[in-house]
Amino acid sequence: MTRGARVAEWVVLYALSIVVALAISSVIVEATGGDWWPVLEALIDGSIKAPGRWGETLGIAAPLLLVALGTVISAKAGLINIGQEGQLLMGAAFAVFFSFRIGGPGPLNVLLLLLFGALGGAVWASAAGLLRYWRGVPEVLSTLLLVFVAVQAVGYGLKWQWLLLADEASRGNRNLVSEQLAKNNRIPRPDIFGNEFPITVYVALALALAVAYGLARTVWGFRLRMLGHNPRAAQRSGVSSTVYGATALAIGGAFAGLAGAAMFAGGGFSFGNYRLVPGFSDNIGWTGLLVALMARERALPAVVAAFVFAMLRTGAGFVNSTGVESRITDVVQGLLVLALLAPPAVVFLRDRHRARAAATERV
Amino acid sequence: MVLIDFFSAVGDVLSSESTYINGALFAALLAFAATGEWVAERSGTLNISVEGMLLSGAFAGALGYHLAESVAVGLMLGAVGGLIIAVVQAEMSHRLTADQFVVGLTLNILVVGLTGFLDREIDPRADYASEVEIPILVDIPLFGQALFGEPWPFYLLYGLVPLSWWLVYRTRWGLELRAAGENPQSADVSGIDVNRRRRQSIYYAGLTSGLGGAYFLFARLATFDDSVIGGQGFIAIAAVIFGGWTLWGTMGGCVLFAGALSFQLSLQGLGYELNTELLQALPYLVTIGAMAMFAKRVRPPAALAQPFIRGLK
Repeated sequence: MTRGARVAEWVVLYALSIVVALAISSVIVEATGGDWWPVLEALIDGSIKAPGRWGETLGIAAPLLLVALGTVISAKAGLINIGQEGQLLMGAAFAVFFSFRIGGPGPLNVLLLLLFGALGGAVWASAAGLLRYWRGVPEVLSTLLLVFVAVQAVGYGLKWQWLLLADEASRGNRNLVSEQLAKNNRIPRPDIFGNEFPITVYVALALALAVAYGLARTVWGFRLRMLGHNPRAAQRSGVSSTVYGATALAIGGAFAGLAGAAMFAGGGFSFGNYRLVPGFSDNIGWTGLLVALMARERALPAVVAAFVFAMLRTGAGFVNSTGVESRITDVVQGLLVLALLAPPAVVFLRDRHRARAAATERV
Repeated sequence: MVLIDFFSAVGDVLSSESTYINGALFAALLAFAATGEWVAERSGTLNISVEGMLLSGAFAGALGYHLAESVAVGLMLGAVGGLIIAVVQAEMSHRLTADQFVVGLTLNILVVGLTGFLDREIDPRADYASEVEIPILVDIPLFGQALFGEPWPFYLLYGLVPLSWWLVYRTRWGLELRAAGENPQSADVSGIDVNRRRRQSIYYAGLTSGLGGAYFLFARLATFDDSVIGGQGFIAIAAVIFGGWTLWGTMGGCVLFAGALSFQLSLQGLGYELNTELLQALPYLVTIGAMAMFAKRVRPPAALAQPFIRGLK
C-alpha cells in the first residue's frame, strides 16, 4: 500500500469509529427522550466557542498533559504505572504543606511549591518502585493500590491543623479544607483574547517537547527504551533495570505530582479554587493515564489527546442547560475512548495477519 | 478510664450479632466479585473493570425488579448487566488487543456515567429480598444469623464459590485457563486458544460481579444510586492479590476486609470514632504489606496483565 492510501485508511477508520461512538450516544439520549443536537452544540460551545472557554479548556488540558507525559516515560521503560491519581493527589498535598507550613511569599515560592509537588508525586511512585525492585511486587498492583491509600492519607491530613487543615479563621464553617493560597503566591493566569489560563500550559507544552526529544535523541532515552523493549539485553549491555526503572517510575510520579501542584496553585475555579479539598484530584490522574495510552505512549500525540479530553470536561458544564442530564458526557467520553482504541488494533491485527500469511507462503 | 470504656465498647461490638451480620453482607459483595476476578486473574488478565461490573449489575438488578417486581429476575438481569461490561472488556482487550487498563478504566467511568444518567431518566424502584433462615444452623450463637439467616441471594455464594474452585482446578477448561495465565506461549503451542480462554474468564467475572452488584442492591440498599459500589470493586481486586491468587486466600481477604469495615461501622454506632482513614486504607495497606512480605514465595500467575499476541513475545 502506498503511503497516501495508508493515511487515507487511517482517516477513514478514525472518522468511522468516532461517528459510531457519537451515534450510540445519540441513541442513548434520544431513547430517554432527550434531544441529541443541542447536546453536541453545548459540548462545542462549552469547550471552545463560548467566550473564555478555550482558555478554560487549556487550563484543564495542562495537568492532563503533565500526567500523560509522566506515564509515557515510565511506559517507555516497560513499567505499567496506573497510580497517577494518587501521585497527583500526593503532589498537591506536598505543595499545600509547603505553601502553608514552610514557605513564605514571593515568586520563588511558586517555583518551590511546584518542585515540592513533583517531589510528593515522586515519593509516592517511588514507594511502588521500592516494592518492585526490593521485594518483587509488580508495579501494576502496587501503584493501583497506593491510589486508595493516598486518598485516605490526604483525607487524614485534612483533619489536622499541623498537616493540611486550615486554621479556624480561614476555613469558616467548612471542614476538611486547606487554607486558600494567597494571591501573590498563585501561578499567573494572564488574559489572552478574553481567555485566561495559567502559564503552566506553556510549561506543559515545553515539557512535552523535552520528553519527546529526551526519549528519542538522548542516551538516557535510548537506554530507557532498550529497557522497555528487552530488559535482558539492556541488563547485558550495562543498563541497570533497577536504577533506570526506579528512576523512570519516580519521574513519572514527579510529573503527576507537578500536575497536582499546578492544579492547586493555578487551577482557579476548575480545581478547588486554590484550596485542597477532598476529591481534589477529580479523576485528572485517571484521565491523564487514558490520555497517555490513547496517544499510544508518545509525547507529542499526547498534546492533542489531552486537549480533546479537556474539551469533553469543559463541554460537560454546558450540557445541563439543554435539559439533558450532564452525566451523558461521561458516556460520550467513554464511548469515544473505546472507539478510538479500535482503529489501531484493527490495522495492527490485519497487518500481522498479512505478514503471517506471507511468511507461510514462503515456506 | 476512657481506655477501659473503649475496650468494653470493642467487646460489645465483637459480641453483638449485628457486627457479624453487617460483616457477612459486605463480605458477600466482595466474595461475589472476587471469585470472578480470581478466575479472570488466573487466566492472566488483570480485569480492573470489576468496579464497573458491580455497578452495572446493581443497576440492571434494580431495572429487573422495576420491570418484573421479582428479585429473581433482578438477579438474573444483574448478571446480564455485568456480562455486558465483560463482553466489551473481553472483546476490546483480548480480541482487538487494545490495552486492558485503558478499556477497564474507561468502562469504569462509562458505567458510572451511564447508570447515573439512566437512573435519573428511568428511576427504577427496587425492594429488599426476603430473608431465609436455615433451621438449627441459624441458632448458632454470634455467627448463626450472619451465615444462615440472610436474604436469600446470599446463599448463592455457597454454590458459586465451590463451583468456581471446581471449574478452575478440576476441569479441562480450568487447566487450560490456568495454562493461559502461566505460560501463554506454551499453551498456544499445545493448541489452546489463549485469548478465547481469557475472554471466557472475563465473562465469568462479569456474571459473578453482576450477580454481586444485584445481591448488594437487594440485600442492603433497595434503591439504586451511582455511588453505591464506591470502590468495593477495587477492594475485591485487593482481596484476590491478598489471597495470593488462591480461592481460599481470596475469600479470607474478603472476610478480613469486610470485617474491618463492619467493625468500624459498629464502633461508630456506639459513638467511638476510630481513625476512619486508616481503616479505609487498611485493605490496601494490608494487601501491599502481604505482597511485600510474601512476594518472593507467593507469586502472581506468570503472565498476569501481559497481553498475548501469537508470535510476539
